[in-house]
Amino acid sequence: MSDKDIILKVDHLTKTFKIKSSRLFGQPSFLNAVNDVSFEVRCGETVGIIGESGCGKSTLGKSLLRLIEPTSGDVIYNGQSLMGKSRKEMNELRQEINMIFQDPYSSLDPRMTTGAIIEEPMKIHNIGTPQERKKKVDSLLKMVGLDYYHAIRYPHEFSGGQRQRINIARALAMNVKLLVCDEPVSALDVSVQAQVLNLLKKLKDELGLTYIFISHDLSVVKYISDRIIIMYLGRIVEMGESEEIYQNPAHPYTKALFSAIPPVSPFEQKDITELKGEIPSPLNMPKGCPFYNRCVHATPKCQEAVPALHDIGPDHKVACVMYDQNNK
Amino acid sequence: MAATSSLSEQKQQEMLLKERRANNAWHKFVRNKSALVGFIMIVLVLLIAIFGPMLLKTDPAQMDLLNTYAKPGSPGHILGTDANGRDLLARLIHGARVSFIVAVGGMAVGAVIGILIGLVAGYCGGAVDAVFMRFMDGMSAFPFTLLALMLMTVLGGGVANVILAIGIASVPGYARMTRGQVLIVKNEEYIKAVKALGAGNPRILFRHLLPNVVSELIVYATLNVASAILTEASLSFLGMGITPPDVSWGSILQEGQECIQTASHVATFSGLCILVTVLGFNLFGDGIRDVLDPKMKK
Amino acid sequence: MSDKPLLQVKDLKTHFFTASGVAKAVDGVTFSLDSGQTLGIVGESGSGKSVTSNSIMRLLPKNGRIVGGEILFEDKDIAKLKISDMLDIRGKDISMIFQDPMTALDPVFTIGSQIMEVINAHQKLSKKEARDYAIKVLGMVGIPDPEKRLKSYPHEFSGGMRQRVIIAMAIACHPKLIIADEPTTALDVTVQAQVLNLLKDLQKETGTAIILVTHNLGVVWRMCDSVMVMYAGKTVEYTDVRTLYSNPRHPYTWGLLKSMPKITDDPNVPLASIPGTPPDLKLTGGSCNFHNRCKYCQKICMQESPQMKEVEPGHFVACHFSKEELEKIGGSIDE
Repeated sequence: MSDKDIILKVDHLTKTFKIKSSRLFGQPSFLNAVNDVSFEVRCGETVGIIGESGCGKSTLGKSLLRLIEPTSGDVIYNGQSLMGKSRKEMNELRQEINMIFQDPYSSLDPRMTTGAIIEEPMKIHNIGTPQERKKKVDSLLKMVGLDYYHAIRYPHEFSGGQRQRINIARALAMNVKLLVCDEPVSALDVSVQAQVLNLLKKLKDELGLTYIFISHDLSVVKYISDRIIIMYLGRIVEMGESEEIYQNPAHPYTKALFSAIPPVSPFEQKDITELKGEIPSPLNMPKGCPFYNRCVHATPKCQEAVPALHDIGPDHKVACVMYDQNNK
Repeated sequence: MAATSSLSEQKQQEMLLKERRANNAWHKFVRNKSALVGFIMIVLVLLIAIFGPMLLKTDPAQMDLLNTYAKPGSPGHILGTDANGRDLLARLIHGARVSFIVAVGGMAVGAVIGILIGLVAGYCGGAVDAVFMRFMDGMSAFPFTLLALMLMTVLGGGVANVILAIGIASVPGYARMTRGQVLIVKNEEYIKAVKALGAGNPRILFRHLLPNVVSELIVYATLNVASAILTEASLSFLGMGITPPDVSWGSILQEGQECIQTASHVATFSGLCILVTVLGFNLFGDGIRDVLDPKMKK
Repeated sequence: MSDKPLLQVKDLKTHFFTASGVAKAVDGVTFSLDSGQTLGIVGESGSGKSVTSNSIMRLLPKNGRIVGGEILFEDKDIAKLKISDMLDIRGKDISMIFQDPMTALDPVFTIGSQIMEVINAHQKLSKKEARDYAIKVLGMVGIPDPEKRLKSYPHEFSGGMRQRVIIAMAIACHPKLIIADEPTTALDVTVQAQVLNLLKDLQKETGTAIILVTHNLGVVWRMCDSVMVMYAGKTVEYTDVRTLYSNPRHPYTWGLLKSMPKITDDPNVPLASIPGTPPDLKLTGGSCNFHNRCKYCQKICMQESPQMKEVEPGHFVACHFSKEELEKIGGSIDE
């Protein structure tokens, strides 16, 4: 792959939250929500980010747009560093990089009509005359499968799936190239979820978009993504082509995740590699491998240092000592 | 919604028109009984305040010392007279003007300054929030009337200064209320969403935060009308507000309080006037809140 | 099925009386359940699955009323029971597990006092006995060091642990029926598997019946013996899980089965989805509720509400047409 194809490069991105001590003058503690994350997104592909709650996937998504300011590291969009941008330049760039949020019920201003909501980004960036904007709103509504008369309705009059369509229409109102989708279908029913996923796929092909798709649902991510990144406690534990990861999951956590997916039919009998315990609090992170205390293959070596990502195949990386050639 | 898609084009247009009308603020307002009643009450008081003095020829300052504390219904004095034998009806009608201006003016001054401070403090947070709110806390350490009184001593008498004093004294209430609401709304996802679209701070503040916090504030503001009228009365009583021969409902009520045992009608009628005005504002405010809320359609 | 099922719900109707009309949240639900069995109730949000379970518990808001049908629990119609008599059944014979483990526990009481409260409500035990029993129950649901944990407050537990505590409260009085309303929806995938396994193990030990309300068909496949599919307040299909999977007969069930994204799906094939959205529950009735989203819709579907029919033993479907007729009308389900 050439550098030209890379639309977004995330370089050692870290976000640390400072948690104030509950005691007066107590020492604050630090929570590493995103910890030294690096990956690349190629133009026109969909990168899925999976993880359980608290793994930092949402923080990562928001950091990419600097809705949350990263503590260190850099995000490079089309060759330009986002971290060096001023607020104004960043706002300009948001015409091209945008986001769809998880909750279709709270991500639309309840006091604005659908038309005003979709028109807003164009107003913010002073695009077109009022007539042109209105036309664009109509065509956007049509593009996401709504009708023109929906423009005068308020968000509460729509179902969850329709609201998510409005969200998508709003994100597409400008010249979007990269769309960060933060759990866009988690709050939706199965049949509606399928509608929205199909819509996202269709729009991607029609408009040549690039997606970063964040979700906790493995089946959804596997379906929509070309490549998958699996996160655990703020770190990437495995990444690679989605089919490859599905066929040959390498990291013990990935294996456990796949085995925990509910069966696809009542006839399927699968062994569940049940994980012990739950995700430890990111506040008292275990030393060494973050997965150490739940891993079935844990060895004393795992506790020595955080394992780095190693290539174990073409475009397949994993962060586990078992695959570290130097250690063998 | 799925059913509508199968309807004919013409039907759809009709529905659209109907819906436009249903969403139209004026239509919603007219259909909202409480807003309408409140509005009519306010307009009535306003009309009396503007045109009353022109129509009623009785001089409110005309004393009739032989006829003090006349009961309501006595000849020439429909509502009776006060301690100095002045016609109560004339005094109430003349007082309406001052009371109305002071109430609405005080509310407006307080609301505009208070809401602005609350918005900025709540949205910015951190040091800005701390400085503004500590200052507000300091202000509200003084009782409302005392604060207004202090301001009056600095500013001097006159209607304009009464409005300013009452307005400034009510700022902390608005500011705290607004800030509280902003703190809730600013963490809503739609605020994050417009940020992600590249919206600047003024837009977020005035196009998104303000409309979403304003409904609670409207109700609070209408309740404040009452305390503005009464504060003006206290100020007048202490000689800091409206000075005779100007009259206001508050000053009449204050006088009536002293003779409530011998001539209860003075306090009763002036109190009734205040009650009607306050009730009018309250109903109106309540209704406006519903009209502004897109979820209330019926 | 045995002669006397533990729970039999016949044509249950629960309506909500709102200012803008009567919402038929549950409008004809029929199923039965034996001891030791698990029934899954599947449907989209607003299909009435939660209202059905709340009706059985008689936990309806003020404007909701059971307007028709029977809920026979051990041959007693609890739909007509006085609320005061219902209190004896709640928690003792039938208990409930709620969706959100974060809000289902009272934050100001310790775990121990909340469990003991449930125990004391239905059993006469001394303080010491109740405490020992609470420790035993907490141990049963896999809480490590239960004796110490009695004194903990809910916020000291993680989501999965809280759900275990809630399950402990639910099984504390040996209920004959446990209603679990989306018990794992708020949990992470790996924790979800733990909680489901726990429920299954407990069922094997105690032989209770479970009603599992969920929108996730995968959970149904893993946990349930029989399954009832609900749509817009009505039962559309009710049978055992294997039959439902291999021989679904209602067009809605077909759509539901196919629109669930599976890990084995080919990403290049668009997902099957059901177009449109469910109807307004205030306007349903007089027609098949699914008619506006059904590609096999015929004239009769708009005029008549279909009755539940037993198409083969133990397989109930509410559709005007048989599978063969449907295929003749609109082609096979795979198109």
